[in-house]
Amino acid sequence: MMWRTVRRIMREPLGAIGLTLVTVVVLSAVFASALTSYAPSKISPAERFAPPSLLHLLGTDHLGRDLLTRVLYGGRVALLIALGATAVSLVVGVVLGLIAGYGPRWLDNVLLLIFDAVKSFPTVMLALTLVTLFGPSLYAVVLVVMLVNVPGYARIIRTQTLVLKSAEHVMAARSMGASAGRILRVHILPNIIGPILILISMDIPVVVAIEAGMSFLGLGVRPPTPSWGAILNDGFANIRDSYWIVIAGGLPIVLTTLGFTFFGETLRDLFDPRLKGRS
Amino acid sequence: MTVLEVKNLNVAFHTESGRLEALKQVSFSVPANRSVGVVGESGCGKSTLINAILGLLADNGEITSGEIIFEGDQDLARLGPTAMRGLRGQSIATVFQDPMGALNPVLSVGRQMRDIQYRSGLSKRDKDARSVAMLRKVRIPDPESRLTQFPHEFSGGMKQRIAIAMALMMEPALLIADEPTTALDATLEVATIELLKDLQRDIGCSVLFISHHLGVIAELCDEMIVMYAGEVVESGTTREIFHDARHPYTQKLLACDPARLSQRVARLPTIAGTLPDLRRRPSGCVFQPRCDRADAQCLTTPPNAPIGGSHIAHCWHADVSLGAMSA
Repeated sequence: MMWRTVRRIMREPLGAIGLTLVTVVVLSAVFASALTSYAPSKISPAERFAPPSLLHLLGTDHLGRDLLTRVLYGGRVALLIALGATAVSLVVGVVLGLIAGYGPRWLDNVLLLIFDAVKSFPTVMLALTLVTLFGPSLYAVVLVVMLVNVPGYARIIRTQTLVLKSAEHVMAARSMGASAGRILRVHILPNIIGPILILISMDIPVVVAIEAGMSFLGLGVRPPTPSWGAILNDGFANIRDSYWIVIAGGLPIVLTTLGFTFFGETLRDLFDPRLKGRS
Repeated sequence: MTVLEVKNLNVAFHTESGRLEALKQVSFSVPANRSVGVVGESGCGKSTLINAILGLLADNGEITSGEIIFEGDQDLARLGPTAMRGLRGQSIATVFQDPMGALNPVLSVGRQMRDIQYRSGLSKRDKDARSVAMLRKVRIPDPESRLTQFPHEFSGGMKQRIAIAMALMMEPALLIADEPTTALDATLEVATIELLKDLQRDIGCSVLFISHHLGVIAELCDEMIVMYAGEVVESGTTREIFHDARHPYTQKLLACDPARLSQRVARLPTIAGTLPDLRRRPSGCVFQPRCDRADAQCLTTPPNAPIGGSHIAHCWHADVSLGAMSA
């Protein structure tokens, strides 16, 4: 089943590119320590602003730190936040969506109002507010991602639940004495997991971008923890004479975003052949 | 012994455009080991009746008065949700119309049949053994290996038979069948009816069979009720009603059955007019606006006129027999 899906993804050009990029990004983050001999935060003033060379494949930054090493370790941070924050948002979104879709009408209305209210906040303003309140940290990033993602997830889950609520097999289960919890767990959730998986793979680039953006603005993870957004920021400060820093920070963001987006779109097309060829 | 006795049941829905009386003074009973058919056109309240019995009315619907006595001592109209849930699937089982949708597409058939038996306290192996026996009863070939398959690997007729097997798994006292053959082709319909008859004899349960297909009711049911606009307009044994229908609606319904037309016609007969708006019921007889025999008397509520035996017609003019109809 799994291998068949992988083969089908690899047959699509976009899917092949996406899956390859995703695999490379994930593996390089996991094996970061084996792929480089430098420590991510090791400062060596003698090697400041060294251009790419065999010794430093992507060059070094204003503190003489090896950029390849920082990019690899920054990938760990980016992916951990992306996966962690998405997982948390997903759990919260699924629970709220199921409650809204299956619960009483008034509760549905209350939850919808909350979703819409949260969603109507501009992401940057929300991030600034939270960081002002709690200070810049990894948790602030996760919280922002959650607040941005949960309403979307919950709305989709709610709609699917509403559709399935009146599906015949759910009616049949109810008429055979299944409890509400059992119906949600066994008869509704497994039937909406497919679209959710696609949603996740399409949302990971958004989270990566949020993390990079917040770190770029100095609102995300704290230095010296490596982060793509922070590298990008360093690069902008020195863009006139050390162009490679911006490239080292920007390229992984672009590749990761593209990879997950292509991968997600191919998945979606595979699950729903009607959408093939449309964006 | 009566398995189900519905007495003067009234069900209303609260809609945005007003109160809708979906069922009005519905009374009938289902004796043990018998099949009772409920017939009527779309929108006459058949499904509302089932949902009221199962305690699964939509949030805006309520039983305003009446009783639903199950097995002599429980009034389902007043039973709490937990107790009601205990009866569903255990003492009262249901088979629905659409065999394609009745099974959960992501679970194997074996898993779903095992799940149905969650109250039995049997081991997994015993549950599977019972599932296999039940699948064999509904004539699914090679049931052992079929347990691991998913619903999409079965044909429509097989899925409906699996749904029937699941409904009868716990040997309920009452099986409610909501147009179980409507979505099947004619050959499968006959086979499914035969199967239901056999199983009913086997298990010894009563069947409440909902259909708009008169032929199926005639084939399967011992007794029947005819519903129109949420009211029972005529009830009796299937024989009595098919041979000597007395309510004008039943008579017209029988006259419209294509299977009973004696000669070919270019245009099939229909009943003139449409169902009344249930938010504004006509006064008196509910069928009076569409009835040829309506007169001043029909503007008052008609009596339940006894015809003989258990046969009752809810009409002022129930003395007009069209005996020749049965020919």
